[in-house]
Amino acid sequence: MTSIAARNAAEISQRGRLRSAAFQGFFEGSIKVVLTALTLLSVLTTIAIIAVLIEETIGFFTMSDHPEISIWSFFTGTEWSPLLGAKPLFGVLPLISGTLLVTAIAGIFAMPVGLLTAVFLSEYASPRTRTILKSVLEVLAGVPTVVYGFFALTFITPYLLQPLSTSFGTYNAMGAGIAVGIMILPIVCSLSEDALRAVPQSLRDGAYALGATKSDVTAKVVIPAGLSGVVAAFLLALTRAIGETMIVALAAGGLAHLTANPSQQVQTMTAYMVQIFLGDAPAAGVEYRSSYAVAFTLFLITFIMTWTGAIILKRYREEYE
Amino acid sequence: MKTIPLPKTNMDQPTTTSTSAEQSAAPAMGSAVAPRAEIAIEMQNLSAWYSKNQVLHAIDLDISAKQVCALIGPSGCGKSTLLRWLNRMNDTIPGARANGKILLHGVSLLDPTLDVVDLRRRVGMVFQKPNPFPKSIFDNVAFGPRLHRIYSRTDLEELVEESLRASALWDEVKDRLESSALGLSGGQQQRLCIARAIAVGPELLLMDEPCSALDPRSTASIEELIRELRATYTIVIVTHNMQQASRVSDTTAFFYEGKLVETGPTDVLFTTPKERRTEDYVTGRFG
Repeated sequence: MTSIAARNAAEISQRGRLRSAAFQGFFEGSIKVVLTALTLLSVLTTIAIIAVLIEETIGFFTMSDHPEISIWSFFTGTEWSPLLGAKPLFGVLPLISGTLLVTAIAGIFAMPVGLLTAVFLSEYASPRTRTILKSVLEVLAGVPTVVYGFFALTFITPYLLQPLSTSFGTYNAMGAGIAVGIMILPIVCSLSEDALRAVPQSLRDGAYALGATKSDVTAKVVIPAGLSGVVAAFLLALTRAIGETMIVALAAGGLAHLTANPSQQVQTMTAYMVQIFLGDAPAAGVEYRSSYAVAFTLFLITFIMTWTGAIILKRYREEYE
Repeated sequence: MKTIPLPKTNMDQPTTTSTSAEQSAAPAMGSAVAPRAEIAIEMQNLSAWYSKNQVLHAIDLDISAKQVCALIGPSGCGKSTLLRWLNRMNDTIPGARANGKILLHGVSLLDPTLDVVDLRRRVGMVFQKPNPFPKSIFDNVAFGPRLHRIYSRTDLEELVEESLRASALWDEVKDRLESSALGLSGGQQQRLCIARAIAVGPELLLMDEPCSALDPRSTASIEELIRELRATYTIVIVTHNMQQASRVSDTTAFFYEGKLVETGPTDVLFTTPKERRTEDYVTGRFG
């Protein structure tokens, strides 16, 4: 057996290194080039998207045949009727309120349910139960959002909401909000569970040794220690809810108006864009351009949320480290 | 004003307070025959399993009140398991079971109907690695008292101070009680964990290799603390460090492969052990 090693050693001493230094240098160098190029691809895509958004948004605000459109009127206007009426009105507040209403309903549903499910999975469930429930959640995460859309339209609204109150229309913010909530539930749940399970067992043991019960340990040690991760899970899920399109396009309705009433139909920013790009609004027309301004607004909102989230997380970490 | 609830609770059975065990300062170098002390914990025929794997075989061992008892032995000899049965921490491990008897004031600790919350309040535990909660220093010490609501609101600050003084940490942290416990050094964190255990007024303190994650200086400060705490608490300490056992303990029990090989006053066990295996272990021939 040693003879092979001895032969190799002899060969190496005879021929120098088996892999030439030049080839090795070329190989390592090209790996770096390929990796850098791929990274640049995603960076450039992001920059290109933002550039298009900004360019078209500026175009919308500076259209010569629509001098009435200004940044001020866009962000403070309370009426959004780009297609109807003699004079189109572009006040984005109804779209923002519609988006926030649906997101709030989704959050109110998904955050407590998701967190409590995560607590159950991480602290109470047996390993077997956990495996089964997690695969169910994965199935939920894999359902196409269009299915949630017609689930809201054909089940949540007619069988859950309308029996409660006749004020619910076929299209309403509540049904869409609940469906979006179900859609983001797996995100809240699995990310929160990761955060809770990352809390070291030694902290649980320390609390048990002081006479804490299981619910004490969960509420007073595990959740506070995993809070930064839970907050991150909430923010990611809410950002996902704000950007959700298919469910709201199907189930929330198509009428943009400023309301906080969840039984009314609302139009979200994303649903408006779908309406414009699928409808027969002429390209380069004012409606077409307005959807870019809406998209840019949406981008700003999600960007601010992500940013706030990062700051909150940093605060928590500083407190704990 | 309510006094701070440090031990002397005598809940189940009135027992006479120990006076015979008044110890002089030097623990190991004292008389060969230790004074007969009151028994705090009595183990009879104790066997324990993790699933089908038996880790303790018919242990008979008495632990004297207000003394330090060291459990020594090579890794896997069952000493930590024994410790974890004394406050039923093994309940949290699936498949862990035990039979035989562990008596504290005549009450069986293995009784399935026993209130483990009360037991763990009275039998505190300090772990191998310091495990302060990611909370402020104050909140760490106040955690147990708040849990058991054993304080009136004005007492809490006093209780925290007293516990931190008892664990020799007060002077180092009194100006930063509200800052995070995770900012303390390892040795300070371990003393904080001791303060946290003391704050709920236990009679017994279980220590599972409390210095194994600490540097020599922190170890020395913990050992000094253990010698001080002996006046108030019964202490059972698991250690891998022979010198530590001889420095801090009054009695030592040597375990090997789940069996109690020998037990006795620490100075006797370290100088004139009866068993060959004990001698081999304490002189470092194996283990």
